[in-house]
Amino acid sequence: MAVFVIARLTFREAQRRRLLWVALFMGAAFLLVFGIAFHFIQRDIESQLNQPEQLAFVSILLLTAGLYAVNMLVNVVAVLVSVTTISGEVESHTIDAIVTKPIPRWQVVIGKWLGYAVLVLLYLAFLVGGLMLIVYLRSGFYMNNIGRGVLMMALAALLVLTVSIAGGTRLSTIANGVMTFMLFGLAFLGGLVEQVGALIRNTAAVNVGIVSSLIMPADALWKKAVAYFQPTTISNPFELGPFAAITEPSTLMVVYAVVYLVALLLFALRSFSRRDL
Amino acid sequence: MISDLVIDTRGLRKEFGPKVAVADLTLDVRAGEVFGFLGPNGAGKTTSVKMLLGLTAPTAGTAALLGRPLGDRPARAKIGYLPEHFRFHEWLRADEFLNLHGELYGMDRVARGAAVPRLLELVGLADRAATKLGAFSKGMLQRIGLAQALLNDPALVFLDEPTSGLDPIGRRLVRDIIDDLRQRGMAVFLNSHFLSEVEKTCDRVAFIRGGRILQISSLKEFEEEALQVVVRVGQPTPELLAGLERFGRNVALQPGDGRISLTLADETQLPALAHWVVQNGHSLYELTPTHLSLEDRFLQVVGEELDE
Ligand SMILES: Nc1ncnc2c1ncn2[C@@H]1O[C@H](COP(=O)(O)OP(=O)(O)OP(=O)(O)O)[C@@H](O)[C@H]1O
Ligand SMILES: [Mg+2]
Repeated sequence: MAVFVIARLTFREAQRRRLLWVALFMGAAFLLVFGIAFHFIQRDIESQLNQPEQLAFVSILLLTAGLYAVNMLVNVVAVLVSVTTISGEVESHTIDAIVTKPIPRWQVVIGKWLGYAVLVLLYLAFLVGGLMLIVYLRSGFYMNNIGRGVLMMALAALLVLTVSIAGGTRLSTIANGVMTFMLFGLAFLGGLVEQVGALIRNTAAVNVGIVSSLIMPADALWKKAVAYFQPTTISNPFELGPFAAITEPSTLMVVYAVVYLVALLLFALRSFSRRDL
Repeated sequence: MISDLVIDTRGLRKEFGPKVAVADLTLDVRAGEVFGFLGPNGAGKTTSVKMLLGLTAPTAGTAALLGRPLGDRPARAKIGYLPEHFRFHEWLRADEFLNLHGELYGMDRVARGAAVPRLLELVGLADRAATKLGAFSKGMLQRIGLAQALLNDPALVFLDEPTSGLDPIGRRLVRDIIDDLRQRGMAVFLNSHFLSEVEKTCDRVAFIRGGRILQISSLKEFEEEALQVVVRVGQPTPELLAGLERFGRNVALQPGDGRISLTLADETQLPALAHWVVQNGHSLYELTPTHLSLEDRFLQVVGEELDE
């Protein structure tokens, strides 16, 4: 099926253009920095604290901080790798000889989406796995419910990827890049406003946050992920600092994000099938 | 016979906002025919081909390729296309590129394994199979693009200016490939600016300008048509010029060299003309019949404002 031909092609492109290697190399550098920092902080902490739950708390804090960075990185990478894929090939007319083959156009879009989705998810797994391994090896700490949280991060990354692919079916590369990053920034800002709103009990601010989550649910998904990361035994979520989820998004928000993603993908397929090239 | 038509369009039209790129495209092309589509820059040639290939949607009109409506997938499997902007994935090797496009055509491994080396050979790139397209020159890209268009043994091939980047050897190659396609009963739709080449390869041509077809004729018709003759005599006199009027139209004394040009209705008048000139006491130095070149016709039909 053409979907898999295109998906494989997409993967091969990432390989050939050295995207894969640079990403892996930089990811390894990131893990190295985290590992060194974690080691020294842990050494310091160990000399001051001796209660196991206190030590576990520090591990949770640092691991969450690391996951926060991973979440950002993976989202940005998801946009960067996919933002030019359709619009760029339309602009260069590389796509002309592809879509005139006996394949439906939507398969080209799905194929590219699939290729990048696999790439982004593998990258996420690599970075998260690396963080967990470092923390486990150094402190013996293992975060029990990390799976669900990472699932939320994966959903966020796919969401951002879908926005950028969908935008590419209509917009020029540069316009698409601006749109996707602004949307991402809007969700981030909205999330921040919501946190502050919850902190000072300002309903208007909370509502701004909710609306921004509806426009782009990526940040809400991160908050949902954090809610899984932080154990329920911590009564005061502020102890987790800037990465904490003061307001935990509801399950409905997760459902909304899934619907959002599917609807956007369907829009992308339709939009690309109908446009002039 | 309907099934004989590989291209059959009725009133295809494309508007880009207020701009009418193609006004009314009505033409048919038969199997085994090489059809030249000629017109100045911006005439609507590429837009016409793009409509037929489903790259852009027509604003109005209908068309059938290989007897199937536009966009029909089984029909597409038998259509080859070399785009005007032959840009391909530059990080692929030449053989990988052909394999990819073969896969998209739905060819199995065996069919690709046979077709890819054969086509690389055909377009003269057999020794560059392992070179990345990014390292290809413009003409090499055009050659590999042509190979791509021929992958699945097409019944109909669209070539949008296939020789624009080619050296004389490459142009000759394209001509030979087209001749071969014709002999095997395939049809070729050729957009081109190289009129001397079109003259050598095409069976029929359409002239298009401003999105309208001005004329469709077979090149054979052109040959049978009027003949341009140049006469050179010792001393052209007004009587001679007047006398020549009896044989043909557009009698004119060329400024400078004293040659006289005129257009004869057909070749059979030539001996009588020669006889008359000599009999009237003129010394005849030259009598050269020439057919109107396609370029002359192009300029005649399409107008002088060819901005190439
Ligand atoms: N996407 C588009 N948007 C707006 N106008 C367009 C578009 N594509 C083509 N046109 C216009 O349609 C007309 C026909 O363009 P087309 O590319 O078909 O010309 P052409 O005959 O192939 O010319 P050339 O010999 O230069 O290749 C031109 O006036 C062009 O400006
Ligand atoms: Mg053109």
